[in-house]
This record gives sequence, structure tokens and C-alpha cells, in this order.
Amino acid sequence: MKNGKRKMDNLLRTRTFPIIILALFAFHFSLLTASAQIAVKGETVWTMAGDPITNGVVLIKGGKIEAVGTTAQVQIPSDYRVISAKVVTPGLIDAHTVIGLNGYLNQPHDQMGLDSGASFQPELRATDAYNAQERLVEWVRGYGVTTIHTGHQPGALASGQTMIAKTWGKNVDEATIVPTAMIAVTLGSGANAQGRSPGTRAKQASMLRSELIKAQENTAKTDPAKDLRSQIMARVIKREIPLLITAEAVQDIMTAIRIAKEFNIRIVLDGVSDGHLVVNEIKASGFPVIVHASMARPGGDRSNISLENASKLREAGIPVALQSGYEGYVPKTRIVLFEAAMAAANGLGQRNAMASITIDAARILGIDGRVGSLVMGKDADVAMYDGDPFEWTTHCTGTIINGRLVSDVKR
Amino acid sequence: MKKVFFTILSTILFALAAFSQERATAFVNARIIPISGPVIEKGVLIVHNGKIISVGDSRTVSLPSGVNSIDATSKVIMPGLVDSHSHIGGAAGADSTGPIQPDIRILDSVNPRASNIQRAQAGGITTVNVMPGSGHLDSGQTLYLKLRDDAVKIDDLLILDKAGNYMGGIKFANGTNSLRSAGGTFPGTRAKSAALVRDQFIKAQEYRDKVSKAAGDKTKLPPRDLAMEALVEVLDGKRMVHFHTHRHDDIMTALRLAKEFGFRIVLQHVSEAWKVADEIAAAKAPSSIIMIDAPGGKLETVDVDFKNGVALERAGGLVGFHTDDGITDSRWFLRSAGLAMRAGMSREKALYGMTMANAIMMDLQDRIGSLEPGKDADFIILSGDPVSVYTRIEQTWVEGKKVFDRSDPRDYIFAVGGKGATDDADSHMDIHCFDSDGGNN
Repeated sequence: MKNGKRKMDNLLRTRTFPIIILALFAFHFSLLTASAQIAVKGETVWTMAGDPITNGVVLIKGGKIEAVGTTAQVQIPSDYRVISAKVVTPGLIDAHTVIGLNGYLNQPHDQMGLDSGASFQPELRATDAYNAQERLVEWVRGYGVTTIHTGHQPGALASGQTMIAKTWGKNVDEATIVPTAMIAVTLGSGANAQGRSPGTRAKQASMLRSELIKAQENTAKTDPAKDLRSQIMARVIKREIPLLITAEAVQDIMTAIRIAKEFNIRIVLDGVSDGHLVVNEIKASGFPVIVHASMARPGGDRSNISLENASKLREAGIPVALQSGYEGYVPKTRIVLFEAAMAAANGLGQRNAMASITIDAARILGIDGRVGSLVMGKDADVAMYDGDPFEWTTHCTGTIINGRLVSDVKR
Repeated sequence: MKKVFFTILSTILFALAAFSQERATAFVNARIIPISGPVIEKGVLIVHNGKIISVGDSRTVSLPSGVNSIDATSKVIMPGLVDSHSHIGGAAGADSTGPIQPDIRILDSVNPRASNIQRAQAGGITTVNVMPGSGHLDSGQTLYLKLRDDAVKIDDLLILDKAGNYMGGIKFANGTNSLRSAGGTFPGTRAKSAALVRDQFIKAQEYRDKVSKAAGDKTKLPPRDLAMEALVEVLDGKRMVHFHTHRHDDIMTALRLAKEFGFRIVLQHVSEAWKVADEIAAAKAPSSIIMIDAPGGKLETVDVDFKNGVALERAGGLVGFHTDDGITDSRWFLRSAGLAMRAGMSREKALYGMTMANAIMMDLQDRIGSLEPGKDADFIILSGDPVSVYTRIEQTWVEGKKVFDRSDPRDYIFAVGGKGATDDADSHMDIHCFDSDGGNN
């Protein structure tokens, strides 16, 4: 023991010590990067940046996509871990969900999507409520979903902010890629409150206008108010962030567009069950649409809901993404892959349906520089399937996020 | 003059239509999945007067003279789907006055014109078990319906047994839906739930004894009791108990009660079936399961899994599927088989679970559930593989009559939705069975 200690002391005094440390560090680093060096081979690789590649390969290094091409074009280095799949796609993006805020238990303590104390609360931050280890986050990850736009749920005039996260990470900081993405606004019967305003559609519009006027006036001041609400609403007025306006019925869709034009703000239309009835009006507005879950239940504001809605909007050239949406009971979350499958089979087609949960969703969310397609330099987020991803009987065989294989259970 | 012309024309057309129904119809060259036997690649299905008269290979079956032959090349024909647990028709059963109400008949509550009945036709469903909700230990008698077209009144949808009585089971439930923290006549715990059900069955046994002792003597008969009469039917095995149950221990309680009182049981939902699949199979209890996209939504379904189908299949249990509409939509009921296969269930048993298994659970196995001569001509015509997302249900036939045709714009909207596909009954639709811990529905 004594001898050993002396040897250690001697070692610490030698000039070789820093070199040893460096060598150890380099060895450790090579182990890390080795685990992040992956070659994903696919019989079909849907890059979503051009036509699908037959017999393709995606090289992954340091959490990013290093190269994409056919196996003839891209040489796989011998120290790369090779994972093969029948079909390879970009990691899927769920353009609107509430998981992480609303948990699978559906008990009061894990339902954080809506504070019913007030009708207009844009200052509530999704990042203060996001549970990165929630079981539903893991659940959708198993089906290839790697990025979610999540946050406060529809059900109040303004229920709070939304955020964008990867479905991997121990905590909110590790998972988050955009802490404040949009503000969740609802118009229509879902926005009416009990025992206080708003109680009608016209009142909803009036209250929203009033808040926007307040924000406009405040932003114009030389010394604007800095309370939480003023700060976030200023970002809306400055067109830094859009309102995510859930509007299902025709009159609500038109109100959303009208108010957005009045105040020259950015909005993303959400839900939009009646969209197929006002395609030209939506197209003319220039606003993108995150269409309701294909299998959402009909009734109420969604009485005219159609499986062909996404297809009709997309056909008109409107930017369209799909979503799993908000569920109050069972299923506690839908799987956006399945919702896209139904849209694919009902007019949207495979290619556009895949785009609506990858690159088109990324563009609407403003994160297409980073995710949504398999191109060099983007985050290495990849989903793998043993057949057509949209078939009920196909399995997701693996999910990669930031170059890390985070799920390899056949689902 | 014009009016007269149209009257004559429509009379002729009507006569022609009536005549054509007298003729047998043959669907030729379809891929036929009879369920009762192997798939016939180039098959023929012949129906006449609402019944199947022949199923076989197109090359060997000779068509009767005068048959109306329909080319079904590249189509797939399989039996009409049977949904063993649904809430279409906007019906509500028992009210909030007590936890056990066997006298309640969902018959008196179903709206036969509800649009979700038409959407179920679009989903290929031809027979359905319409249930009252699960907010009670017993919320009343269920009703087996044929989804015939143009129903004016509930009588138009009923299925009659040989004695002419309409058929149905009775709904029981355990677990959290029927619990009330406020107490009163409702149970507050699982043990209390079981005790209350036992009490009622003991009363029913005593009632039955009094009736049999009276031996027809009206002076000795007990006063008529509709609730007791229904439970005696259960004790006598005449009325199937459709038992809503989720958690593994609740499943075992349901099986225990069935054994104690000797009643026939179908386990409904059975969310944790995969944990007690061997026990369920050993009890020879059929399971009607549901495919839900994610676990949870309520505490007792946190472990619901697509693998319930394969687990029960491997254990040797009888497995059927249900929609629990509006929990899942009748229009994509076929997806259930696909998702169960995704988790490992065999194609054969998955398709059996969409049809024949459910027919057995409703005592209708001699009339529906497979394509066999003598059975009702209930079938669907598909554009392809039943479990493919891209496959369309093109036509639905009930008792030899086409009740859904995707090429007809009036029917089309019930398949895909759109303006006019939903009526007021649906806007007020209760989500019955799968949700609401301690709800009042």
C-alpha cells in the first residue's frame, strides 16, 4: 500500500503525467464518439430532401448527419456501428401535442396543460411544466417520434406557451430545443369559460383584440412595461413568435385570420376541422395549418371533420403539418405516425403524409435548419421500420436521436 | 304529364328492384375470407333471400340459372364485422339512483336514426352489441342489433331469437367507474362492489326458488320484479353477462363471481389481460378487447397493451375485438386486427376476432360471423387486405341488402366525414366505458 502511494506521488510529480491524462481523455473521447458513429442502412431511405434512395445509407457522427447517399456512393468506415432497416425516415415530428405537460395517469397531479383560473395567460411557460421522463414521451419515441411541439392545451382563450423538445433527455434543459415556440390560443366553443368571460365567440375576439391593442401600445412606449405578460406579448407584436390558434369551425378560422391581419401578427392555424370548407380563404391568408389528428372524434365544433381535410388543404398549396392533438381521456395521446397513416390513405398520399410529420412540420415550426430531413449537418434523428411505416402491421424497429440509439424495441 | 311519367317510371324501377331481390346474387372471382375455412383465392359467394346459399371456388361452383352475377375480381370479401361492445345510437342506460339496475333496457333508449349507426355501416360493422355505460355495477340490459338500412324505429334493427324475443345480454362492471367517494347506495371500494353484486344474485336465487315453488300457482307467485326477472335469466344462462373490467385483480373478481353464481360471462376491455391470460383461458371466459393508441388515461388502464390479443391467443382464450364507440371510431374498427397483429397475434385469429369470436360471445354463431351456406348474408367487400391502412371498405351488406356503398356520395361522407356526416346526437355523445374514474355516465 505504502509503496503504491509513493509510486503514485512520483507519478504526479513527473512530466509524463499530463500526457497520460491526455491519453486517457483521448481514449475516453474515442469511446464516446465511437458510440455515436453509426451507419444506418436502409433498403429505402426517405430523406425528405428529394426522392427516396434505394439501398441508402445515413452516416452519423458526433450527433449530426455526416453523409447520406446510396451504399455505392457512401463508404461506411470500418469502426462505425451498422444498423440495418427496411425503411429509414427522418425522426418524426409531432407538430402539436400536450405530452410532457399532460401525463398518462390522467390524474389532477399530472395534468398541467390548463390552468383554469383565468382565460388569458400567455405568460405561462411550458418549460416550467415539462416532464421529460413522462411515460408518454417514451411511448411515442418508440414509434419513431423524435421531436414534439408541446405545451399548454387548447381550452382557454390563451392557455400559455408552447415549446419544442426532443423526445430524449433526462430533464427539460436536455430535451428542449425551442423554449418558447408559440402561444396557445383557442377560439370557438372550447374557449368559453365557466362563470367568467369569454362566454361567446364575439367576446373571445373582443378580448383577444384588447390584449393585442394593449401589447401594441406597450411595445410602442419608450419604456415599455416589463411584467411577464407584457414581455411575451411584445414578442408577438414584434412577429418574433406566432400565436397557435386552435380554430375548428369556419367562423373561428375566419376570426383567427381577420385578427392576425388586423394586427399584422404571425399565426399558425391549428385543428381547422372546417378547413376543407374554406380552402381558398386559408390559402389567401398565407398562414400554415397544423391539421387535427386524422382520427379525432367528430362532434361539436368538429362536426364537419373529414379524413380528407389535410389532403384538400395540401392540394391547394397550403403548408400542412399533422398532429396527435389533445386528448382528455383515452387514448391519452395519439401516435402521429398513425394519424399520418390515415391521412396518407385518404388522399394525402405516402409522400405528402410523411412530409407532414417531418420536413413540412419542421418548416412550420421554424426548425427545418436542424431537423425534418436526412441531410448532411442536421441533427442525427432517424426512425427505422421493417416495412411501409404507415401500415398497421409494420414495426418501428429503432429510433435515433442526436446520434444516439434511444429505442430498439420492436413496436 | 311530366309528373305522371315519373310516377310510372319510378313504379317500374321499384318493380325491377323488387324483382332483382328475388334473384340470387353471385359475387364472382373475389378473394374470399370465409373465417370458417381457408382463404379462397378465386372464390364465389352466392346469396339469396338474405341468406348465403353457396361459398366456394369460382372454377368449381356452378352458378344457378338467372343468377345476378357481379364481377368482384381483385376484391376481398369477408363476413360483416361484429362489434361486441359499442355505444352507437346515443343511448343511456341506468340513472344515478342506484348501482345495480338490471331492469333497465337499452332498447328503450337507442336512437335508430343516429348518424353513428351509418358510420358503423361504413366501417363494415353489420352486427353490434349496444351497451349501457359503466358507471354502475350493473347499468342494464344490452341489445344485439343488425345494422340494417333506413331504420325508422328500433324494432327495425332487432335480432329475434327462435321464440321471437329480441336478443341481448346484460352489462356489469367493476373497478373504478362504479365507485363513488360520496358513498350512498354506490360502493366506495372494490370489496363493497363485489358484495353488492353477490347480494343481488342471492336475492335473485331466492326469487327464482319462490317462482319455481309456486309451480304456476298465481296466488303463490312473488310480486313481479323486473330486476329479479333479468337476473334470473342470467342465473339460468339465458342472458350473457358482458363484464366491463380492466385491472388484473378486477378480472379475477369477475371470474370468481361468474363461478360462484354459475353465470355466463364475456370479459369486456380486459386491459390487463396479458397479466392473467392463463387464468382467463382456464376459466374458459371469452375476452372482448380494445386497441388503444397509448397506455393510461385512467389509473386502471395504465398497462393496457396491444399485446393482449397475442397473450390471450397463446393461452388458448377466445378473443374478440370491440370499438367501445365513441372511444374508438367504428369506421376504422378493422385497424384493431392490424394493431393486434403488430403485437404478434396471428392473422387468422385476429380476423376471427373481428367476426366469429364476437358472434360466439353474443350467441349468434349459428347465424353470423362466417361465410357459410345458411348463414345471414352479412358481408363486406374490400379493395384489398383487411388489415392494410390503404384498404377501403367499398360495400357493406346486411341480410342480402347493400347498406353502404362508398361509390354513393350519400354514403361516402359517412366513411370519410365532412359536412352532414355528424348529427346532433353525436355532439352530445357520452364517452361511456373506458374513461371517467367514478363518472356518472
